[in-house]
Amino acid sequence: MSNVKLAFLIQRPPYKSETATLGITHAISYQVVEMLLEDGQNVIPTVCMVGEGVLNCLKDQKAMENYGVMSIESHIKNGLLVDLDILVCKEDLARFGISEDRIADAEDMGADKKLQIVPYAEIQKVMESSNHLLVF
Amino acid sequence: MGTLTMACFASLVGSKSLDFALKLAGAAADKGHKVNLWLSSNGTMIGKAHQKHLKDYSTAEKPVMELLKKGVEICTCEACALARGIQKTEAIEGIQWNAMHWYLAKIYNSDRVLHIGGE
Repeated sequence: MSNVKLAFLIQRPPYKSETATLGITHAISYQVVEMLLEDGQNVIPTVCMVGEGVLNCLKDQKAMENYGVMSIESHIKNGLLVDLDILVCKEDLARFGISEDRIADAEDMGADKKLQIVPYAEIQKVMESSNHLLVF
Repeated sequence: MGTLTMACFASLVGSKSLDFALKLAGAAADKGHKVNLWLSSNGTMIGKAHQKHLKDYSTAEKPVMELLKKGVEICTCEACALARGIQKTEAIEGIQWNAMHWYLAKIYNSDRVLHIGGE
């Protein structure tokens, strides 16, 4: 057996429900899934933020101050830190008037990965090439 | 026969999504398919024992126990359950407690994956 590719499609906005957070945390859990698989087996996740889901990517979120919970920005940073590929739909960012300088990154934590702003066509390719699509 | 893995995120009360998920799991198991059920978020509520069946509200304890007897593997997200005040000692016997990687591992060997009840 080989790798199974999973596309985590996050389309829900932050904080209105738990859904977007769950999408990211489920994806991050790929880090330890090998414990439950046979040698040589693994899952390869890619997170895709589309629609209102792109709002999860804004930096300087104040979730701890306002809600007393860890921000989705922090979850995203943790995802980048464990080398998760996180794609953000370019067209949807433009639709909300969000410029690239307002998008979170994890440079301060030493992450090599960055959020990848890509055209929707690229997200479509990821979905088509994945074994399973998980919609959050 | 195939393997179906479902994740349920809806609450037991206030939505019929969980009722649907349990019926679908039962139907798939009856046809001979291997079924895995991952309970996350508000879906963890169905794993609590001693549910009282009031006629105005859905109840899941009996159908869950029937699914377990049919060999359906059911696992609840431990963090989601604890955050909702559900302790392992209160869980329906036979339901596993684990973390999100359990779900991803089950997906690895699945033919189909369904998400039910995300809000």
